[in-house]
Order: sequence, then structure tokens, then C-alpha cells
Amino acid sequence: MKNTLYGVLGSLLSVTAFADSGAQKDQYQLNLSKGVTDISGQVYDLHMLMFYICVAIALVVFGVMFYAMYFHRKSRGAKPAHFHESVKVEIAWTVVPFIILIFMAVPAAKTLIAMEDSSKADVTVLVTGSQWKWHYKYMDRDLSYYSLLATQPEQIQNKFAKGENYLLEVDRPLVIPTGKKVRFLITSDDVIHSWWVPDFAVKKDANPGFINEAWTRVDQPGIYRGQCAELCGKDHGFMPVVVIAKDPAEYEAWVSEQEAIQRKAKEEEQKLLAMNMSMEELMSVGERVYNTSCAACHMPNGEGLPGVFPALKGSDMALNDMPAHIDIVVNGKSGTAMQAFGKQLSLKELAAVITYERNAWGNNTGDTVQAKDVNAVMNGQ
Amino acid sequence: MSTATEHAHDDHHHHMPTGIKRWIFTTNHKDIGTLYLWFAFIMFLVGGAMAMVIRAELFQPGLQIVEPNFFNQMTTVHGLIMVFGAVMPAFTGLANWLVPMMIGAPDMALPRMNNWSFWILPFAFIILLASLFMEGGGPAFGWTFYAPLSTTYSGDSTALFVFSVHIMGISSIMGAINVIVTIWNMRAPGMTWMKMPLFVWTWLITAFLLIAVMPVLAGAVTMVLTDKFFGTSFFDAAGGGDPVMFQHIFWFFGHPEVYIMILPAFGIISQIVPTFSRKKLFGYASMVYATTSIALLSFIVWAHHMFTTGMPVAAELFFMIATMLISVPTGVKVFNWVATMWRGSLTFEVPMLFALAFIVLFTIGGLSGLMLAITPVDFQYHDTYFVVAHFHYVLVSGAVFSIMAAVYYWLPKWTGKMFDVTLAKWHFWCSLISVNVLFFPMHFIGLAGMPRRIPDYALQFADFNKWISIGGFAFGLSQLIFLAVVIKACRKQGEPVSDQVWEGAEGLEWEIPSPAPYHTFETPPVVK
Ligand code: HEM
Ligand SMILES: [Cu+2]
Repeated sequence: MKNTLYGVLGSLLSVTAFADSGAQKDQYQLNLSKGVTDISGQVYDLHMLMFYICVAIALVVFGVMFYAMYFHRKSRGAKPAHFHESVKVEIAWTVVPFIILIFMAVPAAKTLIAMEDSSKADVTVLVTGSQWKWHYKYMDRDLSYYSLLATQPEQIQNKFAKGENYLLEVDRPLVIPTGKKVRFLITSDDVIHSWWVPDFAVKKDANPGFINEAWTRVDQPGIYRGQCAELCGKDHGFMPVVVIAKDPAEYEAWVSEQEAIQRKAKEEEQKLLAMNMSMEELMSVGERVYNTSCAACHMPNGEGLPGVFPALKGSDMALNDMPAHIDIVVNGKSGTAMQAFGKQLSLKELAAVITYERNAWGNNTGDTVQAKDVNAVMNGQ
Repeated sequence: MSTATEHAHDDHHHHMPTGIKRWIFTTNHKDIGTLYLWFAFIMFLVGGAMAMVIRAELFQPGLQIVEPNFFNQMTTVHGLIMVFGAVMPAFTGLANWLVPMMIGAPDMALPRMNNWSFWILPFAFIILLASLFMEGGGPAFGWTFYAPLSTTYSGDSTALFVFSVHIMGISSIMGAINVIVTIWNMRAPGMTWMKMPLFVWTWLITAFLLIAVMPVLAGAVTMVLTDKFFGTSFFDAAGGGDPVMFQHIFWFFGHPEVYIMILPAFGIISQIVPTFSRKKLFGYASMVYATTSIALLSFIVWAHHMFTTGMPVAAELFFMIATMLISVPTGVKVFNWVATMWRGSLTFEVPMLFALAFIVLFTIGGLSGLMLAITPVDFQYHDTYFVVAHFHYVLVSGAVFSIMAAVYYWLPKWTGKMFDVTLAKWHFWCSLISVNVLFFPMHFIGLAGMPRRIPDYALQFADFNKWISIGGFAFGLSQLIFLAVVIKACRKQGEPVSDQVWEGAEGLEWEIPSPAPYHTFETPPVVK
């Protein structure tokens, strides 16, 4: 019974192997995808090799077993034989599996060694995980940004219909060039995460305080989706990875454009220091920032999760101590899940979100916080 | 305590305390075995209820029933309860009942420690379960409690988690010492090492594994405790520690631990298959050697759980090859069982049904284990539902099925009555079908890319998850049939059985009367 199951399964898997050439993920994908790199293809081949060897072993073992179950039944009048050992047979079934293992180990070792050689890279990206987002920094360029889940909370709470890329979409994907060896340096700001893109066969843990390496070379332009693979706390299921591979010219244009945008934003920041924003503007920007950056822990209603994440609604810091409030948002609190948002958000966003926290949910302090107040704390004043 | 002491001395006069006191003060291996088995069953149902919560949440994409933080507590506590509360105590219960009866000893060697090792267990689990009701909830970092998620980033309930794991560990170590001392010193005259039933052999080796690795677990939880509450930095790079070192320590315990949960199962299957094949076990000696080599190898494969942590290539190759090697002695076991059946005279009573299901389904789990051993492919499988499928095949349709096989096999000896065979067959077939609906599709969604330990998932995984949840509910309900069979049996309903119970059963436990009297082998039998 089980052996036929495996047989059917084998044929099913080989059918999908052909059907799965398109990038579109289908509802009934049964098998590993071949991916889009030389390495991921090798990994897929190894997987299939292992699978077929395992099916063959299963067929033989279960075949013999089911034969005995049918033909050596007492109800068919079977009389028990008296043998209970055989040195020859026992040696054979120790040695033969051994030889099969060698057949598996040799190609596996070859692929493994190729996978772990991240030398001579053309582009290097520093990937940093934190609860619950990824940060990308192009090491040889002037560009870095955070990448957050873009699925609306209403979809997760079943209030809106779920989109096609539900939970597999981000606001700012990582962009890499095709045909180039891209090296990833992977680390973490807090707990262990794991950066995984199945189509590249790259999965590497992001360990706080240590840097891991991985690499890929993608030949086809496209959008590739993955997820964090290591349990990293409450929203582990909500930190996807999206990578866009563009051909080198487009990639180059994209990077230059982004660099220019980031440079310009920094200049704008300086101008902001001399200006005062209105309460309305601060509150509306603040609400948006709060919901993307803070609500995961402190919850949309500001009440936090008792015993895990503190409430901001009615908290002493949000009602009274403004300098401490700015400080904790900018610099975080070490030894806790409270991150330093100073490097993640702009001055304007920081000012807005702090203002929001001091006035939302009945906190009503009436305080406004301006970019220059935040800047002062950042510069240690 | 004084009553217990007295009664330990004048047991044979049979003024046993009755009612609850009998159970609290008992030093009788059969009573303690029963306590362990009931405790394990209750924990199996409690852990199972948590699995139902998990599967209900995963029935559909989106968050419906529980919050992510509570979901993580459910996966964590489910794992801890099933491993430390259900599977391990069930095997200890079986060892208590059976080891003395199989080697012709009157009781366990250290009966009062035996009482103690059981009675601290309920407290460990009350503490663990109570932590779920703390502000902030119970442990939410997975049963593997990787630092720093379990240290800097965990809730205050971590202290209770650590305390309860310590108690579980002490209990296991005491149980293991008892098994070793009993087997070493109390075998009946003529019961030489190579005449011992395989269940006794596998438990002896398991007990050594327990003594070797439970202290390592205790060390790991203690370091978590001091990192979290007392300012040490074993696992914190900022203070010169290393979070990956936690994983090395944990899996140095963890991998032998998985063999702790399967070696006694190998022993059980090696008792049952010969009985219902009416033929001696094939390759007895090679079974003993295979068990020993599995146990030794289990100490040098731990890092196969850590391939993605960024080890040097040489280490990855070493652990890949060592892990592949383990499948050789594991294969020998399976081949021996099949060879035992070959040209036997087979019948399919309920214990045999479970044993056969074990052989097939455990082998499937072993083969997916072999696939997982291949490092470059493990990068794709790791931390996906493929791994979840693998370890549930070896643990549920492996270890748990073997425990059920054992209960059906020895229950008539314990109660003196045949259990309700019709109900038991219902239990078997419902469990067999639902366990596969539950765990087989997990291979597919794992390969298709669904990570484990997530409360919500992308839409392409929706259909299989629905089936998995349906299988899960069906498997959960099927265990209520088991409960019914066992309750009926405990009420001594059913046909009386002979001393041998099963035609073809051999061994000392089948030579004593059914039901087994409260005291057996007060004068040792002579084994020829
Ligand atoms: C042929 C024998 C086996 C081999 C080669 C094998 C191999 C592996 C490998 C390589 C992994 C790590 C997968 C990953 O995380 O990427 C794994 C996970 C696991 N295995 Fe096995 N295994 C075998 C048998 C068993 C047995 C007998 C048990 C228990 C009864 C078991 C229980 C587990 C558990 C519980 C995990 C997952 C632990 C976790 O991450 O939570 N395995 N196995
Ligand atoms: Cu392992």
C-alpha cells in the first residue's frame, strides 16, 4: 500500500518538475523548485537523486515486507521457518547501504564546496535582520534602506480580500544585477533570523554579533520571494524577503537614482531643522510611521502586550518625560526588543511619531516635537 | 514518608495502603509504571489539545483564532510537553512495568527513588503549564529555546521554564539510574547479557544516553537563566559570548535525545514482531550492535541541525557524513524486522498492526532524515514543514505508535483481560489514516517553501494546510477511542486471558500469571 503511494508520488513529482518551469507559484506545488541559479539547479538535482534513491529503497523494503505479509500469513497455512541469522546476508545489507551512501556523498560534497565559495564577488550587500524587517546596505555604494512587509494588516485580519502575494510582498525589495556574483554579508541586530530565497537556494542564519556569508548569481531577471526561516519572535511569520534581479544597465540606473534620492532627502532634513511643522501634519505622518514601525509591538491601540511589550497609552514617559521619550525612540534600549529608530527613520518621521505617541489614544499632552528637538538628542545634546 | 519506609519493608505482608495513599507512597514497580503511563497519556492529551489550537489557526490563511504571540507559546509548550511529558514518561512507565518482569527481578533496584522520580514530574508540568497564565504568557521561543530569543528577548516566565526543565531532567536521570542498576544487578540466574530481551537492551542503552545528555540540557537552561537574569553573556556577543554556541550545546543534548525517544521503540518492535511471526527475532546480536552504534554515533551528528548557522565547510562535511552513517545501523534494524517476518507464520492482532505501521512509517521518516542529512539540500529543507514532516513521522508514527503497540501487547498481561479488540481496531485504522493525512502533505508544503513556526502563510499553501488540519483533528479524535479502550481495560472488562496471552509470545513476563500479581519473582526464576 505504502509502496504504491510512493510510486504515485514519484510520478506526481516528476510531472510537476516539468510543469514548474514558470515563475508563478501554483496552489499544488509538491516539489522543491529548480530555482534560477546554477547552484539551485544542482541542489534540485541532488534532491531528486536522493528522492529516487529513497523511493527505490522504500520499494524494495516494503515490497519484501508486504510479500511476507501476504504469502507468509498463518491463515494461508504458513509454517514458521527456523532460521534467525545469516552472517552473509547481514554483512551484505550493511555494506550495500554504505556504498549507496558514497554515491550520495560525493556529488553533495561538490555542490556544498561550490556553495560556500563566496570569493571574487562583483557586488556586496550587507543584510541585517531585526525584529521584524530586513535592512540592506550596498557596501560599495552610498545606499541603504529597510524592507518591511507590505501586506495590509486588514488582509491579515481577514477584513480585506487577500492579494496575490499575501505575506510575500515588501515595501522596498532588494535589487541585484543579473549575471553578476552577488555576495551577501548576513547579520542581525537582535535575535537570530534566517535570510532565505528558495529560488537561489540561499538560506543563511543572521546571527547577532557575527557575520555570515552567502552568494548567488542570477541569470534571469525577475522577482524572487522568500521568508525569514528562523523563529525570531512574535512576527516571525511576517518578515518576507523580496529580491528583484535587473539586468546590469537597469540595475546601475536604479542604484544611481536611489543614491540621488537618499542624498536629496538628507539635504531636505537639514532644511527641516529651521522649520516648525504643524500639529496636524505631525499627527498624520506620525500615525503612518507608528503603524509601520511601532504597532507590531506596542499595538495599534498603544496598549502593548502586557508582560511582553509595554503600553504607551498613559505611560509616564509618553505623558511627562519628553527628553527620555525622544532618547528611547532614537537610541533604543539595549537588552530589550526596543530598537534604535534613529538610524531607521528620518528626522521628520521621528518627530512626527513621537508627537503622535504623546497625543494619540487620549494621551493628549498637546506637545509637539520638531525635527530640531530630535536632532539635538541625536547629537548628544 | 515513614509509612512508605515501613511498607517497603513489609510489603510482602500485603497491608498496602488503599486509595490515594497507595499511589502516593507506592514503591512497587507496577504501580509506578501505571502512574507513569497515565501521566504520559494525560500529557499526550494536553499537548494534543495545543496541537489542535495550532491546526485550527492554520486551517486558513489569515489570523483567526489566536494572536501570534500565543501561537508561539502553543508550538513551544506543545513540543516540550510531547517530548518530556508524553513520550519519555511513557517509555519510563513501560520500563518500570516490564524490565523487572523480563529479567526475573522482584522490583526495580531503587524503589524509593523510583517513587520520587515519578512524583516530581507532575510538579514540573504544573509549573510549565501555569506559566502560560502569567502576564506576558509562557515560553514562546520554540522547544529548542535558541538564545538570544530565550534570553534577552524572552518574557519573565523563562525562569519558570528553566525550573521546570530542571525538574524534568532530574526525574529522567533518576529513572535512568534505576534502570541501569536494576539491569546490571538484578538479572535472574542464567539471564546473561546476550539473552536479555531487546526491550531491556535498548532501555539499558537509552538510560546511558540519558545520563550522558540530561546534564548538558541542565547546563544549557542554567546558562539561559543566568544570561537572562544575572548578567552573564554566555550567548551574547556584546559580552564576548556566542549565540551559536547555545545551539551546539542544545543539540549535543538534542540529537541523543531523539534517539532516547526511539531506541526503546526499537526494543518494543523487536519484541512484538517475533511473537506474531511465530519465529525468533532475526539477527539478535546485530540488533544489539546496531543499537549500540546508533547510540555512539548519535554523539557526533548534532550539528546537522545547524547547517545554516554558517559553519566551516569542513565541519559541514563531517556532520553530513556522520549523519549519513547513522542510517546504516538504522537500516539494519528495519531489515532484521522484515527478515523476522519472512517465512514466519503471521497474524495481525492489534499490537502487530501498530508494529507494522511503525516499520513502514518510521522508515519513511528515516528516509526523509537521510535526505535532510545532505547539507546542500538541507539548506532548502531546513526550518520548513519538510522537517516538521520528518520528525513527526519518526516521533508520532514512530515513537508514539510503538508505545500504543506496547500498551496493546502487554495490557492483557497487566489486567488479565483481553481489551476490546473491535474498538482497538477502530483506533488503529483511524489513527493510521489520519496520521498520514496529517503529516504526509507537510512534505509538499515544506518543499514548496512554507517555513515552520509561523501562524499565517502565503496563499499557495492554503489547500494542503486545510487537509493537514482535517487530518490533525481526526487524529486527535481517534485518540479518544484509545482512551475508551484503556478505561474499559482498567475496569477489568473483557475475556480472561491465558498466562501466555498471545500464541507465540516468549519471555519471562509471559510465564507469570495473568493478571501479573502485585509481586512477581520474589524468588528468582532460573533461565536456561
Ligand atoms: C536515519 C535516521 C535519521 C536521520 C539521518 C535524521 C536526520 C535529521 C536531520 C539532518 C535533521 C535536521 C533537519 C533540519 O533542521 O534542517 C533532523 C531533524 C529532526 N529529527 Fe531526525 N534523523 C533521523 C532519525 C530521527 C529519529 C529516529 C528521530 C526521533 C525519534 C528524529 C527526530 C528529529 C527531530 C525532533 C528533528 C527536528 C528538531 C527540531 O528542529 O525541532 N530523527 N533529523
Ligand atoms: Cu538530529
